[in-house]
Amino acid sequence: MTSSTTLPRRVSYRFSWVGMIGFAVILFWAMIALLAPHITPYPVGEIIDEDYFGPMSSKLLLGSDYLGRDMLSRIIMGARYTVGISLAAVCLACFSGAALGMAAAVIGGWFDTLLSRLLDALNSIPSKLSGLVVAAAVGSSLPVLILMLAVIYTPGAYRFARSLAVNVNTMDYITVARTRGEGIPYVVFSEILPNITGPLLADFGIRFVFVVLLLSGLSFLGLGVQPPYADWGALVHENIGGLPFGAPAVIVPSLAIASLTISVNLLIDNLPKKIRDRST
Amino acid sequence: MENLVEIRDLRVEATTDAGRRIEIIKGIDLDVAPGEIVALIGESGSGKTTIALTIMGYARPGCRITSGSVTVAGKDMVTLSERQRAHVRGLEVSYVPQSAAAAFNPSKRIIDQVVEVTRIHRLMPIAQAREKAISLFRALSLPNPEEIGNRYPHQVSGGQLQRLAAAMALISDPKLVIFDEPTTALDVTTQIEVLRAFKAVMKKSGIAGVYVSHDLAVVAQIADRIVVLRGGDVQEVGNTADILSDAKHPYTRELLSAFEPKSRGESVVVAAREHAPLLKVNGLIAGYGPVQADGLPLVKAVQEASLSLQRGRNLGIIGESGCGKSTLARSIAGILPASAGQLTLDGRELARSARHRSREQLRELQIVFQHADTSLNPAKTIEEILGRPLKFYHGMKGKVRDARIDALLDMVRLPKTLRSRTPAELSGGQKQRVNFARALAAEPKLIVCDEITSALDTVVAAAVIDLLKEMQRELSLSYIFISHDLSVVEAICDEIVVMYNGRKVEEITPAISKVPQHPYSKLLFSSVPKLDPGWLDRLERDPELVKTYVHG
Repeated sequence: MTSSTTLPRRVSYRFSWVGMIGFAVILFWAMIALLAPHITPYPVGEIIDEDYFGPMSSKLLLGSDYLGRDMLSRIIMGARYTVGISLAAVCLACFSGAALGMAAAVIGGWFDTLLSRLLDALNSIPSKLSGLVVAAAVGSSLPVLILMLAVIYTPGAYRFARSLAVNVNTMDYITVARTRGEGIPYVVFSEILPNITGPLLADFGIRFVFVVLLLSGLSFLGLGVQPPYADWGALVHENIGGLPFGAPAVIVPSLAIASLTISVNLLIDNLPKKIRDRST
Repeated sequence: MENLVEIRDLRVEATTDAGRRIEIIKGIDLDVAPGEIVALIGESGSGKTTIALTIMGYARPGCRITSGSVTVAGKDMVTLSERQRAHVRGLEVSYVPQSAAAAFNPSKRIIDQVVEVTRIHRLMPIAQAREKAISLFRALSLPNPEEIGNRYPHQVSGGQLQRLAAAMALISDPKLVIFDEPTTALDVTTQIEVLRAFKAVMKKSGIAGVYVSHDLAVVAQIADRIVVLRGGDVQEVGNTADILSDAKHPYTRELLSAFEPKSRGESVVVAAREHAPLLKVNGLIAGYGPVQADGLPLVKAVQEASLSLQRGRNLGIIGESGCGKSTLARSIAGILPASAGQLTLDGRELARSARHRSREQLRELQIVFQHADTSLNPAKTIEEILGRPLKFYHGMKGKVRDARIDALLDMVRLPKTLRSRTPAELSGGQKQRVNFARALAAEPKLIVCDEITSALDTVVAAAVIDLLKEMQRELSLSYIFISHDLSVVEAICDEIVVMYNGRKVEEITPAISKVPQHPYSKLLFSSVPKLDPGWLDRLERDPELVKTYVHG
């Protein structure tokens, strides 16, 4: 069992097929978002169909919207906004939340107490409500949207990272590092972070889903991405009138939102497991 | 006479997370006669607990009994159904766990948990069970046998709880009791009371026992026969006296030799006399809790401790758990800033808190912790762990640093191939060596070793001690060696400080006089088990002394 012979280090990963499916869907949407301008069959703003809420046809694969525009092109371009804005916002939220959370756990004392209470206060404001207020006050340009979403989701990321870091912070190797004379940044990023990356990534995934849903919700209310651009939430909003006709224009963007959020969840629940086998 | 337990060609397999199977018990045979106490001894990973658990037909999650038979009183535990096994467990075979504190439900009264077995197996009315429990408490020489059962687990001491766990196991009059390292977590002075109680009850009621332990001296006191295990295989079986006096197998001899007192080389002692002390501690007070009006903490774990240590010499600090020895180590290292007192290292005043010490002072005084598991970052490789102090203190980079890491690994007798492994991929002894190598990387003058061998097996611990001595000769280091294990401290230290209840009660120089004067030191020194099987029966302790100092 405890042989110390000369063995190369073997690290392999075990993938589950459910996670792979989730990953494939995410990759698919990411590619669409990246290549959007090159693959839209029609210009986004152009009215193609004479009929509104047109059905799926060989000419218009996903039918037409309430003005007779090509739905496929609009969804492809919408992916850019939904995926792009959400990703930017969630990166900001998770990075600042995790950095502040770990720093609070390591520094402790007043810094921790003050920061925790401040972010708790921020957390206690309902996210939709604060979104509405900000959008009403300063309008909703893309940078404002990103920043707002990031601020709304920072306290949650902070709480999560802090609770993980507090546990790691009590370990003897942290004491060893501190008695060595190491500074706070080293302890946070070199000693604590490598031990909590797994849970932090999972949190990142969940929070990404939250952001997508909030962004879609805001756009649905008309406060998110503004015309002539449209993300998936805005597409649902625009075409809600098609619901009685069972128009693909309202169903397809909803499905797009669902497919992205569900597959992110599938992936983070089935992250590849690292297999470490000492005695091979 | 027919055997109570007959194990034949037992094999147990474990499945790793890659789905590969490892045989952890490799076809062993074992017999236990009625009324006999058999000890299973071996280092961690030798399979001693796994074997003991199979007697109850149980294999831990991920493990599986693959072949062989375990016959207990005529029933093969391997082939029985789970329901039939449940009928045997607690009734015919019962179990005393290593940590009684973890085995008791903290929210229920002790007596209700002790009599639970009689309720599950519908043995006797509850009132009768309670009476029986109280008579067992008396037999196990617990104080206040009528009352103690009404307490909650946190209201009794560790030694008492361990005896209460034994009462729980004995209440159903089992034919066999499995003791899984029941005294390992106890202090030596407490251990004696518990061992005596176990031995008396077992002999009186003629119950057979399987005693799992890694401590040969403890086992010598209680077992009739000893089975020496290693790597899932039986190395040697024999009567206790035979094993102790006439061991055949080399591994058993190795275990025995780890007990032999080693004398400390005395050449350094004289030469070091003239120098100014390397470390001086004067009137140190440290503790926990809110600061009181006099500027001292509410709970004073260390009270007015004064020490001085010469260069190249070693100081041992011993005492039982809660005596403040670890707190003292932490305040010397500046982790827990002292509330009062002066610290001087190499003639220069040391700030109380590590935060206010210079990098050079931090480098000169290193601390090595007890648990290598928690002192090595599991997310880093050995290379990164050893490389950091080299870069931090000495600014080493690239090839120079690589060469130094290799040299360090070499110094602590580890192969260079371990460099790219993570701590989880090392054994306990290897981890402790890395832990020590990290302190050496700083090139310190003084290393504070906080119980660094207590989590290790006897043979491994002896090797680590040898390594420490060797490093001292080569690098002219000094150690402060904190331990509850007297034999370890005697093996390496020039001076021994005995602590009790936060105070230094005595300072002994083994080279000059090995005889302790203070009553507590006497009690402590006499409580260390010896390899002689008759030691426990002959040991006489002053009841007044025991009353004053033993709270187990």
